[in-house]
Amino acid sequence: MRRELRILGLGVGLLGTGIVVAQTPAEIQRSYESAARQAAPAFGGFSAQRGETFFKSAQGGDWSCASCHTPNPVAAGRHAVTGKAIAPLAPGASPARFTDPAKVEKWFTRNCNDVLKRTCTPAEKGDVLAYLMSLK
Amino acid sequence: MTNDDKRKAFDLVVWTSSVLFACALVAHEALAKDKSFAVTDQVYKAECGSCHVAYPPVLLPAGSWQAVLSGLDRHFGTDASVDAKSLAALRAFLDSNAGRDRRASAGTPGLRISETDWFRREHRKVPATTWQGAAVKSPANCAACHTGAESGDYSERGIRVPN
Repeated sequence: MRRELRILGLGVGLLGTGIVVAQTPAEIQRSYESAARQAAPAFGGFSAQRGETFFKSAQGGDWSCASCHTPNPVAAGRHAVTGKAIAPLAPGASPARFTDPAKVEKWFTRNCNDVLKRTCTPAEKGDVLAYLMSLK
Repeated sequence: MTNDDKRKAFDLVVWTSSVLFACALVAHEALAKDKSFAVTDQVYKAECGSCHVAYPPVLLPAGSWQAVLSGLDRHFGTDASVDAKSLAALRAFLDSNAGRDRRASAGTPGLRISETDWFRREHRKVPATTWQGAAVKSPANCAACHTGAESGDYSERGIRVPN
């Protein structure tokens, strides 16, 4: 716990200095894992299967993640309103995906609001990441 | 007409057409190098160029841009919110690069480039069927026809209207 706090402190410190630390998708997923465990001590790990279902289902509104990122996230997507091309979301197809924690959080905030009209939980984010990382 | 006259007439034609051709070439190059629509600001490109082309700031007056920035969490039906630092940078960038025409001072600032007189005039020959086609979908999709839109090139020769 103390070690995690120290890492967290280091992270906050680096954010404060404006230094962007490149991470791997797995590292970003681990930060969601700690958050998910904190929210629910009984948290039993992420599921690519759950992530896929979440990714492909509309969540009350008109859109799902797949509306823009397609049901096949290794393929290029297209913005549902503007039609602009979107590079594939899966890191297996676009290596730059999920390497910048601030960017990842920015897009989860925007897109979860669009699809769910709320923020996503760390468990949901980790599931989606598990699904995307499973795609080759 | 003597041979000498003929030669003079021929020379005149050759010279005139050469000069006209050179002028056309220079004008063409000047237009091709028109970078007024090119966007180089990295914050603007990153924050405002993912879901749609980073629109040329000159196409809306400063009041419109500030109104757009004030409602990014409800941006044409989507959440396009940015952090406070980026927002301040965007405000400064758009303020100094906005269009400065008559629209800037008249009434409620419009939020859509596609609803400005300028845009409508420029696109008056585009039929409704083209706008509605699957490849275009929306007037926001500049790059559907302007193949150089990403680099700020909206010139006639870069236009390819999809079928």
